[in-house]
Amino acid sequence: MALNWVDYKTDVFVDWCPGCGNFGILVALQMALAELGLEPHRVVLVSGIGCSGKVPHFVKVYGVHTLHGRTLPFAQGIKIANPDLEVIAIGGDGDGLGIGVGHLVNAGRRNLDITYLIHDNGVYGLTKGQVSPTLQRGLKVKAVPKPNINDAINPIILAIASGYTFVARAYAYDTSHLKEIIKQAIKHKGLALVDILQPCPTYNDINTKEWYSGEDRIDPKTGKPIPRLYKLEEVGYDPIVHNIDEELKKKIGAIEKAKEWGDRIPIGIFYKNELVPTFQERIIKRIPFYLNNPPAKQRINDKEDHPLTSIDDFLKELRIT
Amino acid sequence: MAEVDFNWMAGGPQGSGVDTAANIFGRACGYGGLYVYGRREYHSNIKGLHSYFHLRVSNHEVSANLNDVDLLAAFDAETVVRHIEEVVPGGGIIVDKDQLEIKTLTIQTLPPEFKSMFKNYLESKGLSDRLSDLLKDAEEKGIHIFQIPYMELLRQIASKLGIDKLSKIMRMINVLTVGISFGLVDYDVELVEKAVRTFFQEKPKIIEMNVVALKIAYDYAKKSFSNDFKHNLQKLPVKEERIFLSGNQAVAVGKVLGGCRIQTYYPITPAADESEYIEAHEVLKTEIPGMDAGVIVIQTEDEIAAINMASGAALTGTRAATSTSGPGFSLMVEGLSWAGNNEVPVVITYYQRGAPSTGLPTRHGQDDLRFAIHAGHGEFPRIVLASGDIKECFYDAITAFNYAERFQLPVIHLIDKALANSSQTFPLFETKEIKIQRGNILDEDKLKYFEYRRFSFTESGVSPRVFLGTKGGIHWYTGDEHNEFGHISEESFNRTKMMEKRMKKLEAVEIEVPISEKINFFGDKNAKNIIVSWGSPKGAIIESLYKLTKEGFSLSFLQVRMIHPLPSKHIAEFLQRAEKVIDVEMNYSGQLGGIIREKTGIPMDFQILKYNGRPMTTTEVYNALKPVLLNQAPKRQVLTFGS
Repeated sequence: MALNWVDYKTDVFVDWCPGCGNFGILVALQMALAELGLEPHRVVLVSGIGCSGKVPHFVKVYGVHTLHGRTLPFAQGIKIANPDLEVIAIGGDGDGLGIGVGHLVNAGRRNLDITYLIHDNGVYGLTKGQVSPTLQRGLKVKAVPKPNINDAINPIILAIASGYTFVARAYAYDTSHLKEIIKQAIKHKGLALVDILQPCPTYNDINTKEWYSGEDRIDPKTGKPIPRLYKLEEVGYDPIVHNIDEELKKKIGAIEKAKEWGDRIPIGIFYKNELVPTFQERIIKRIPFYLNNPPAKQRINDKEDHPLTSIDDFLKELRIT
Repeated sequence: MAEVDFNWMAGGPQGSGVDTAANIFGRACGYGGLYVYGRREYHSNIKGLHSYFHLRVSNHEVSANLNDVDLLAAFDAETVVRHIEEVVPGGGIIVDKDQLEIKTLTIQTLPPEFKSMFKNYLESKGLSDRLSDLLKDAEEKGIHIFQIPYMELLRQIASKLGIDKLSKIMRMINVLTVGISFGLVDYDVELVEKAVRTFFQEKPKIIEMNVVALKIAYDYAKKSFSNDFKHNLQKLPVKEERIFLSGNQAVAVGKVLGGCRIQTYYPITPAADESEYIEAHEVLKTEIPGMDAGVIVIQTEDEIAAINMASGAALTGTRAATSTSGPGFSLMVEGLSWAGNNEVPVVITYYQRGAPSTGLPTRHGQDDLRFAIHAGHGEFPRIVLASGDIKECFYDAITAFNYAERFQLPVIHLIDKALANSSQTFPLFETKEIKIQRGNILDEDKLKYFEYRRFSFTESGVSPRVFLGTKGGIHWYTGDEHNEFGHISEESFNRTKMMEKRMKKLEAVEIEVPISEKINFFGDKNAKNIIVSWGSPKGAIIESLYKLTKEGFSLSFLQVRMIHPLPSKHIAEFLQRAEKVIDVEMNYSGQLGGIIREKTGIPMDFQILKYNGRPMTTTEVYNALKPVLLNQAPKRQVLTFGS
């Protein structure tokens, strides 16, 4: 039976602020799951802490709401143990680029086939509006006493440098575009990161919906706002590494694109490379039957509960008689 | 049968193959039906600083060292300096003839605090700092000094092997001293050769080199020192199958047999060897032909990732564990609290070492008992299980998973450096009785008829479990307080119920786990005096207990294996009967004693403690217990043996 996005809704009350970008992300995610026809019991959403951390409770698939910054370790543990599951990790910018940035970088070394969505709004919402690692230096958002003294991390550049093989950016209020990006991220063979720009109507009074739409700069000819966001696919940008020789060139191109900010902000896929073996493929080289009999599916005891594993290979080495 | 108790020590700079020498020595003894117990000591250093291996050989099972050294195989002068006082009259020292004129106070790797102490020692004895002077003094005490021309023997080895440069075979000083040692005790050289061949298996060239070195050294010793040494090792008939392994290895094999399929770790001493040993055997066989199995070992970016990755894996129904030591466990604490709140069956193998902070990274301690019991914010159920010897390390590694899954909680398996890095011979593990208990699990078929709630309120507090990915069992986990479905809930009445549901599981542990799995008791039930301890001091305590009982003292020993939840009623029954309760542990404050007092109201009458980073020996435990029994001891004794 074909699934509709509402089939992925739970009846838990969604308690985000009115106008929160998270609503767009939630719906886009539910639509992506429905359009990909993913059976709910085969999907696991893993989240961190913060407003974005609550997403799993609103989606009727397996949900693991973890610790601040630890989304990726949990997600990777689940995926390695049971590669049949579609694992989607969700976290805020503070979660993934502040407290959990070590995991973000090291996950890139493994290239597991999972999807990581970053809700990027430049602030720590749930703790009442402190600046996050993606806010530009010099900006003063509403709730903090002084302008931001730190430089911003660029999630796209960091992901590319860390080895992510699919790196994209989307915008929370462009739900249909975001949904397509999420679908592509899920379908991608390897570790995918989607940096989702998301206004926080309560605490980020700079990068607002109006700012992204360019309402502060009206085109004198048309009388309409000039939007800051533009789509990479509409300017003929090719993110795909077609052969391994062009990997570096593509990475540099993606990094250059990722540096654009302010007047023109690109969204879409920056980088995609399926030529890098996934962690699962690397395991298969060592444990050939891994996918057929992954850790979560292995029988470890017989009907009488006796262990099924043989330790003869160990004992052969340890024996002295 | 004649009593055999022979204590051999090899020492040298790190990287010179001390461990290899000891492994070959131990195996060679094992092949001859002798029992072995050996302890490895090393600095936090890759090359150059002193390390040694103290190995005890006996005709019966031994599980601790004595203070004595009967034969010291010194690769270098520093080994002589550091251990000469441990060599007993009638014992011997194997020393390089070319190093006799070394001035010991100029040895660079000796730290200043050692040198100033040693200088006083030399002055008090009226000795110069020449090594030969020190050895002469030992000789006067009845110690044999076996002066061996290491370089000359290496030259012979090189010429036989057709090797032009001596530097290429300098490392073989280790096997050379093994050959000398076995020559001196007149042991069957073929058994030693067998040990060399097994140790270097798959490296035929290295085997050949070492066998040549072994034989030249062995023959040299036999020829040069026939009948000089009173010690003699003869092989004994063996009827049973035996193994020789370390605590690290015992845990690894236990985990694999127990069904561990994901192991995460971040490199740390003395835990990492276990993970690497598992990884080397990642492709497993099963009892069912054609059924494959494999364990995945993941080296993570830090211990935070290690525990959380293991917890994630555990949610899928995989038996998952992580191994670490104190500093790593400190980083795991938030993840532990999450696992407790979400009732995750994850196993943490915790190898204690000298602390606080980086402490003594390669040395022994039992400093972290209270930490293991209390780590984590908030109150949540956990089990803390402490193994007392290498055999228990094996069985407890399996039991830890059973408890974790039956009661759905994190289990901390406490081990320590002394267990991790000691090796021992045993009869082959008995595995017929081993059971794998996975607890209450619901599969797809059972889920068809009702709406599943992961944290349903039940009588015992344990809710039926569903693995991630099971059809019809969708549920949620969260570190927040949650309702039965696993959704966030801050409702006060739910909170009370949920706290009680989780904590009630400790009562289930108390009722359902038999006392025989929680404590071990040794000696006479009606003994007047009782020792209480946990972990690795077990071996030295049992040996002392038997010796003192033979001498007519009334003494017993209660070893606590499950320290949390503490079987306090049973412990109280044992302790109440005794006139004197003697607490023996490897920390400053007597942590187990404190916990027992908290839970039973019974104070420890005497403490025998040690915190110098070196495990307790039978000699010093015996020497400390005896005055307690004779009413001649202070309330608190601190042991200090070991270099």
